[in-house]
Amino acid sequence: MSYFRAENLALHFGGLKAVDAVSFAVEKGEILSIIGPNGAGKSSIFNLISRIYSPTSGKIFFEDQDITEQPPYAIARLGIARTFQNIELFENATVLSNLLVGRHRHSTTQLWQELLFLPSVRANEKAHRRRVEQVIEFLDLEPYRDKLISGLPYGVRKVIELARALSSEPKLILLDEPSSGLNVEETDDMSFWIRDMRTELGITVLMVEHDMSLVNRVSDRVIALNSGRVLAMGPPAEVQQHPDVVAAYLGA
Amino acid sequence: MRFLFKTDYEDDIRLFPHSGYFVSYGILFALLLTAPYVLSSYLMSQLVFVCIYATVGVALLILTGFTGQASLGHAAFLAIGAYTAAYLQQFDVPFPVYFLAAGLLTGVVGALVGFPALRLQGIYLVIATISFAFIVEEILARWESVTHGNEGMRVKTLYLFGTAVSRDSPAFYFLCLAVLVLTIVGALNLLRSPTGRAFVAIRDSETAARSMGINVSLYKVKSFAISAAITGLAGCLFAHKLSFISPEMFTLQLSIEFIIVILIGGTFSLHGAVLGAIFIVMIDPFLTYLKDDMPGLIAGMAATMGAGSERAAHIQDSVAAFASLNGLKGAIYGIIIVLFVLFEPLGLYGRWLKIKLYFQLFPLYKRATFKRQKIYVKSERNR
Ligand SMILES: Nc1ncnc2c1ncn2[C@@H]1O[C@H](COP(=O)(O)OP(=O)(O)O)[C@@H](O)[C@H]1O
Ligand SMILES: [Mg+2]
Repeated sequence: MSYFRAENLALHFGGLKAVDAVSFAVEKGEILSIIGPNGAGKSSIFNLISRIYSPTSGKIFFEDQDITEQPPYAIARLGIARTFQNIELFENATVLSNLLVGRHRHSTTQLWQELLFLPSVRANEKAHRRRVEQVIEFLDLEPYRDKLISGLPYGVRKVIELARALSSEPKLILLDEPSSGLNVEETDDMSFWIRDMRTELGITVLMVEHDMSLVNRVSDRVIALNSGRVLAMGPPAEVQQHPDVVAAYLGA
Repeated sequence: MRFLFKTDYEDDIRLFPHSGYFVSYGILFALLLTAPYVLSSYLMSQLVFVCIYATVGVALLILTGFTGQASLGHAAFLAIGAYTAAYLQQFDVPFPVYFLAAGLLTGVVGALVGFPALRLQGIYLVIATISFAFIVEEILARWESVTHGNEGMRVKTLYLFGTAVSRDSPAFYFLCLAVLVLTIVGALNLLRSPTGRAFVAIRDSETAARSMGINVSLYKVKSFAISAAITGLAGCLFAHKLSFISPEMFTLQLSIEFIIVILIGGTFSLHGAVLGAIFIVMIDPFLTYLKDDMPGLIAGMAATMGAGSERAAHIQDSVAAFASLNGLKGAIYGIIIVLFVLFEPLGLYGRWLKIKLYFQLFPLYKRATFKRQKIYVKSERNR
């Protein structure tokens, strides 16, 4: 049994088949990339997994459990975190509180305890903070802790979104175009972080990416997608040579 | 300039980040404690209303400012609290019991309003809460066996621990002040806990909140319930202060006043709710002053500047006519809302922060410090 599995996933918007009978599996500890031209349906697959959209048909399994019917918040609680292609941060909050929201799935305190801020709540807050600090150190975000998101540049936001996802200590992380909008240096950092995520934190990575050099550097396997269908699946070099993939990228 | 060196995670959890806060809040607290022995009875009365309005302001801030759910129905929550208190009082229920009952019942109603509101956003939510308020107003007017309809209800003097607490006594003021302070502390505690962060997350991006494991519906209902419960408690005090309640005291105008409280103060800050409450409560005496003294004052000024006595009298008449125009208050409210939304979206408290920062950074302050950057466009589709 695979760690994560999508079976015959489909998502139709009226007549448009954004995702059409897509099946794939992710092994534990793997870095799997999804590539494909714009509008291929890559983000839609992520939105199906995190249940922003409900699949027209098909099933999703995680750790041998059918999660197709779970509400979105339950998906996160199972340990599947994600980032967004266009960044969805909490704009009017500080970096620190953004990351602490990432800890939400681990919070155990009751409302009445929080209103009184009992010692148990205080202890929990400190524990959460300790975990968040580890993420801050991992991603070199120390200078930004108390800054509001709304004043930060794009590149930093991108990293903060990754940090928020990591703060939730996920088992599986979905990264939607982690390098888009980043410069060469920042992209380099990103590639190291993605590999460290797997080796140091033991996280399984599923990512959508356009930058082929990044894909080649970090991925174990690649899935090529076009018009909602899988064209090819396998090691990065092999998939890029595949005639259908070449044709799709040339717009044939 | 002050530099804060943090040495412990505790430094970010503390309610008072540095010793300066103890001094300024200490002074404020001392002033508030001596107020009853210094201020006139009229101003004391206004101060009690400031406490009650600020309590409602904090409640509304939790729902609107932190959770991002608009409400024009808070007058109705206030009414439910007030009527619960007045009703239970008839059966000689002691104050602590009907006070808490007012909060509890209003909280439950708040949660019930929260459920249908789950599917509504923005202007539709506003319309839904207005409709709710109209329904409540109508029930209060019609359910005569309980509410005495349009005749209204008397509210008896408050008894606490066997002693009478008259609505004009310092003790009643201290009670209202204590409720306000506890409400603020509760709100601050909430804000530094997971629930408060979940509220803020929902306000800024429901999609991201969900993807981080927040049950958005549950927390919206929680926010409605908490906000309504606090407003219900304030309603009980409001009833005692007025000593008589009737349906026409809890109209849309009152809900709008509550919105103005948080709009003027600053939708993101608890300080703002208090500033806004002071503003809204003091606008009435200000308008009275406008009506009584301004015409004479302006005419006097015109006379010293060389206008003839006939002309001065004419000016006095027209100013007086203007000051006693019907709907002047409504017009002033409208203008205030528009001006604040356009020019001071962070409210009075935001303005104060800017001034403070200006002096802290002098001479390095940049005008753009508080400008929000819009570097990229959020699209609904390609999330
Ligand atoms: N909410 C939506 N409504 C209608 N069409 C959509 C919606 N979301 C995505 N699509 C369409 O689905 C297709 C796949 O989109 P997407 O998954 O975002 O592509 P990409 O591979 O670039 O991430 C596109 O043709 C897009 O226009
Ligand atoms: Mg995309």
